[in-house]
Amino acid sequence: MWSELKKAIASFDITADWIGIRAVKETSTTRFVRDALPQLNGKSFTAGAMLEVLVNGSLGYAATNSLELSSLQAAAQTAYKQALAASEWWIHPFRESERPKVVGEYKSPFLEPLDALSPGEINDLLIRICQTLKVDDKIVQTIASASTTERESWFVSSNGSEVYQKILSIGTNYGATAQDGAIVQQRSNNGSQANCYQGGLELLKQENLWHRVRQIGEQAVELLTAEECPTTRTNLVLAPDQMMLQIHESVGHPLEIDRILGDERNYAGGSFVNKSDFGNLAYGSPLMNITFDPSVPGEFASYGFDDTGAVATREYLVKEGVLQRGLGSLESQARAGVAGVACARASSWNRPAIDRMGNLNLEPLNGNFEDIIGGIEHGVYMESNRSWSIDDRRYKFQFGCEYAKLIENGKLTKTLRNPNYRATTPEFWHSLIKVGDATNWQMYGTPYCGKGEPNQAIWVGHGSPVCVFANVEVFGGGT
Amino acid sequence: MKIEELSALEVSFNRLIESLLIKKAEDEQFTVRLSSEISQFTRFNHAKVRQTGCVADGWIELTLMKEQRNSVRQFPFTGNWEVDWQLAYTALQELRDELILLPIDPYLVLPSGNNTSREINSGNLLAAEAVVPTVLELVAELDFTGIYAGGVVIKGYGDSSGQKHWFATDSFTLDYSLFSTSGQAVKGTFAGSDWDESAYIAKISEAKKQLELLARPVKELPRGQYKTYFAPAAVADLLLMLSWGSVSEADIQQGNSSLAALWRKEKQLSTAFNLKENFQRGLVPRFNELGEIAAPELSVIEKGYLVNTLVNSRTAKEYQKIANGANGSETLRAPEVSPGNLVFEQILPSLDTGLYVSNLHYLNWSDRHTGRITGMTRYACFWVENGEIIAPIENLRFDESLYRFWGENLVDLTTFQEFIPEVGTYESRQLGGSLVPGMLVEDFTYTL
Repeated sequence: MWSELKKAIASFDITADWIGIRAVKETSTTRFVRDALPQLNGKSFTAGAMLEVLVNGSLGYAATNSLELSSLQAAAQTAYKQALAASEWWIHPFRESERPKVVGEYKSPFLEPLDALSPGEINDLLIRICQTLKVDDKIVQTIASASTTERESWFVSSNGSEVYQKILSIGTNYGATAQDGAIVQQRSNNGSQANCYQGGLELLKQENLWHRVRQIGEQAVELLTAEECPTTRTNLVLAPDQMMLQIHESVGHPLEIDRILGDERNYAGGSFVNKSDFGNLAYGSPLMNITFDPSVPGEFASYGFDDTGAVATREYLVKEGVLQRGLGSLESQARAGVAGVACARASSWNRPAIDRMGNLNLEPLNGNFEDIIGGIEHGVYMESNRSWSIDDRRYKFQFGCEYAKLIENGKLTKTLRNPNYRATTPEFWHSLIKVGDATNWQMYGTPYCGKGEPNQAIWVGHGSPVCVFANVEVFGGGT
Repeated sequence: MKIEELSALEVSFNRLIESLLIKKAEDEQFTVRLSSEISQFTRFNHAKVRQTGCVADGWIELTLMKEQRNSVRQFPFTGNWEVDWQLAYTALQELRDELILLPIDPYLVLPSGNNTSREINSGNLLAAEAVVPTVLELVAELDFTGIYAGGVVIKGYGDSSGQKHWFATDSFTLDYSLFSTSGQAVKGTFAGSDWDESAYIAKISEAKKQLELLARPVKELPRGQYKTYFAPAAVADLLLMLSWGSVSEADIQQGNSSLAALWRKEKQLSTAFNLKENFQRGLVPRFNELGEIAAPELSVIEKGYLVNTLVNSRTAKEYQKIANGANGSETLRAPEVSPGNLVFEQILPSLDTGLYVSNLHYLNWSDRHTGRITGMTRYACFWVENGEIIAPIENLRFDESLYRFWGENLVDLTTFQEFIPEVGTYESRQLGGSLVPGMLVEDFTYTL
């Protein structure tokens, strides 16, 4: 691939200040079983190249799904014309320094290759999961799915960049729906599609798989007769599989510098955070430490370089509650004058890179699970996201979970159904009163973080321990 | 895309189908779906260009069926026969190897019938180099942000039973926001197949008038229940929730539907609420993943009763229902909500005191099985007193059941409808949109 791409750049008949090609080849499989019957078996392959051309501070792009030399040459011409047509209207005079020369590679760690099991063996496993989930006649639906992705990318540029990255990832999902008359409850393994990791087929069978599968089925049935979550203000304890969503929506997105610069205002929205807040804003309580960390082995959005070639390193975004830096690429950093991270990423070859959060983690402090619950006189413990909504400035949010327990006098007591909570972002993070330790730190991910115009869904990872928030408004379901 | 390039793609697609028919074994069946586009995407911020480019994309989805088993392969479609056929033939062989390993699928539906269609809607779009100056010169003094997306979109279908469909359309959408200095915004969409300069000028002029209203000091409202007028764009947002676990027959059967209570006739919506699928505008293909053609119209909710769900052939087979040409996910593709009796001039007088909501944002089920939806107001939402707009509002979170706002609390729908175009571009440019009126609702619940 290197020689073809370098040969292509050398052959382009355009006069540009900088040219880059990002070629991507991606093969993904999806296998989905419902009620122990196959629903989908599929493999998709996509390949193509994104060409960027810089002319007089103006960047234009063209993407093609043909890697033939003639197609790349035609795309270069198109990108050049795009840059020229926009040159008098460009929002920022881009420079080659925002596309630095870099050479290197990154590969996901893995133990077993993605084809270590046949499609039939994977279906057998998913069928068995469905059968095991059906612990009771009240289970009216069971689902199980597994998806794998092998993504290779090559980035070359006229100033000598050569970056190769190979990402292997797996996502698994299973869950059960229980029904008793008009009451319907769903339970899944940490929330829909939350188990997404980099690695090989070893991830398909996680530790205690069958115990967990039975537990999911039993909890779905248990929820049918559970009390509604009370409407009150109380201590809210969030499991790591809900903290994932909390961090994503109320820390990740508001810290994206392209949102702060206004790029996303027509679609995903802006942010309540301003450029002047970096280095100053008390984002949350002093227990809050959030890192951008692309180096965690196996976390879903680990990588060595972003899609413009910037070297990815671990950085604190929030340290002891104070906002340190934003989620902004080299382009955004140049435009905003704010420190950022290597986070220019694109969902595939057919979309331009934009600011993305990658892995965003809440760092552990102290307190095992028993200590945390034991210290609470009254509260609600919630697991596994099922509903999410936050405003365009990432300020007022309402999230819901699948499963909850009442906390009374330091103990988990009654199961609660339809648990929801709402707050504003600053109020919520300032109410953080306890952060668990490494024993309860868990990481999850999602392939569906949506953003950008044109729209892009991308993969992100989030790790967190169990956390306690004081005096939060919680409530249940119903009309 | 030039007409000759379009023609070459169609020839190449047809050749692919014919070649697969030749290679097909007697006991095999297949379907082939094509999605292709050449799109200009120009993104704006502060009336400047943020990103601009062109994407040429296309893919084939080949499904092979044999002995009650099936599997799918998706691969690029470039229009270069040698490349495309090599990918297709490799996929066919891979599928053959895989099928024998897979479990039996009792609800597999084989392609049948002899439907064919061919529809080409050509347009008069802006040339690539004209997009930036044409869009921006008019708004250069404004805080304009958004995206222009335009070009040709192709959807094709062919199968081993001889069905064949070809749908190609030239279209554009300009999805934009104009911001005031205080951070309030007016949202607009301008879409079609022919760029109409005078219509664009009129749109921007109208938006400028709304911006003046937004310059007033913002009113912060306490949580509570307010009489609310939802403009058509906001109604379209609420309507889209019905494609997410509502009108699908499979969702009803599997315990996933918000309309299960309506289906069981335990609840009823307002007799003023009527919803149908209406393909007669011709903006989206009528064929589905099996080449079946939906009826030009299908009533879904009539006078508040659920009269039809969307039933795909697979769901029909599993639950012994009658299929109605729905797509695989049983989502609304051409929804239309019928108009009511509220004339434009009476909107504010009828609202009297309450909220005028132009748009909504980030909707989700807060309790799907009771039809409860949460989300935010966004863009040009106003506090109204005595039939007069008083001030823009600080955005509010709502949490309310569709059984209330389309049920007992629905006051009326407007006599006019607006077409709200689909502007989504995940994976590829989406087509179509919703035809909806505005609506007036009592006691809508705002929670934060």
